[in-house]
Amino acid sequence: MAENKLSNEEVLEGLAKIVEEVAGVSADEVTAEKSFVDDLDIDSLSMVEIAVQAEDQFGVKIPDDELANLKTVGDAVNYVSSNAA
Amino acid sequence: MTLRQNTGPAATAILGLGSTQPDRVVTNDELSEIMDTNDKWIRDRVGIVERRFAADEQTVADMAVVAGSKALADAGMSPTDVDTVIVANCTSKAPIPNAAAQVADRIGVKAAAAFDLNAACAGFCYSLATASDMIRSGSSKGVLVIGSEKLTDVVDPVDRSTAIIFADAAGAAVVGPSDDAKIGPVTWGSAGDQVDMIYMREGKYIFQEGQSVFRWATTKIAPVAMKALELAGIEPSDVDVLVPHQANLRIVEAIAKRLRAKGAREDMIVADDIVHSGNTSSASIPMALDHMRSAGTVHSGQVALIVGFGAGLSYAGQVVILP
Repeated sequence: MAENKLSNEEVLEGLAKIVEEVAGVSADEVTAEKSFVDDLDIDSLSMVEIAVQAEDQFGVKIPDDELANLKTVGDAVNYVSSNAA
Repeated sequence: MTLRQNTGPAATAILGLGSTQPDRVVTNDELSEIMDTNDKWIRDRVGIVERRFAADEQTVADMAVVAGSKALADAGMSPTDVDTVIVANCTSKAPIPNAAAQVADRIGVKAAAAFDLNAACAGFCYSLATASDMIRSGSSKGVLVIGSEKLTDVVDPVDRSTAIIFADAAGAAVVGPSDDAKIGPVTWGSAGDQVDMIYMREGKYIFQEGQSVFRWATTKIAPVAMKALELAGIEPSDVDVLVPHQANLRIVEAIAKRLRAKGAREDMIVADDIVHSGNTSSASIPMALDHMRSAGTVHSGQVALIVGFGAGLSYAGQVVILP
């Protein structure tokens, strides 16, 4: 149902809150072009915690092999937007 | 034709605890000299500051004898007060003979029912449940349960994904009859379809899919712990002490966080023995309990929730009242 789909802005906002909660990075810092590892200093285990919370919140599956491809916040937003139920 | 079957005492308890670690302390800085890692990286990822490595000649059985003897002494019991010895381990050098029979003999438990139990890092909780049920069914009058591991024998010494984590130790508990039930029902199981997450690569060295194991442990183990509480008939707020297998401090903290979200108290004591002991597989839970009690962090009569999880994948948890 297209009208129920989350907008990229909504996903970004939700994801930023999750990143803040898991990794202690201010939500304002979490913008589309930022790299999780290089810019936000988030390690592989925190990425798993972020993925688990994103799965719960957005109703999407993010397997570990897909997680490795999500380099930037924008990658994650696009993945969630296009795979959310 | 109907055969007679045994019945035993209705209730069991942990009557004593003991543990031992090798003398050699290995710091993060020492490991940084032989592989590409550093103190901060190790502390951030796994929460370990130092661990103990056994000497070349020190065996799983050697450490088990020390920990088991200490647990008997702590219980104020002699070796003849028990008739069964279970050595939980997954790192004995050879499967034949098992460790338990030698350990029983060296401790002085005559003609013991003796067997090794391999449920990897869940081994202590599996063995504790087995011991308690053996007594309640009348098969045993008292059981010495020991988790003993020499993981340095199965770890690539220069693989920074495993060599920084695993270590050597033994922990033990004496299980016997009790007036009151002090070992709750076990909840246990396995996920053999995910066996590829932790295995022996080329039969030689432990390999684990770090992210997948982390995801499994941080999402699937808190529900196991909750089930153990339900089976024991108590609430999350009744738990004084939480002792998850000391796999990784971040896993321990994630499990504690999930339990607190379900009603566990903020002042619940959470074992962090991994900080100075590393991940010692089946030894980690009894050793953490023993260390915490010796340090005065926990005391007799407190309600402890213990849960083991590891290769297999295997998991088991129960509630115990501390001796």
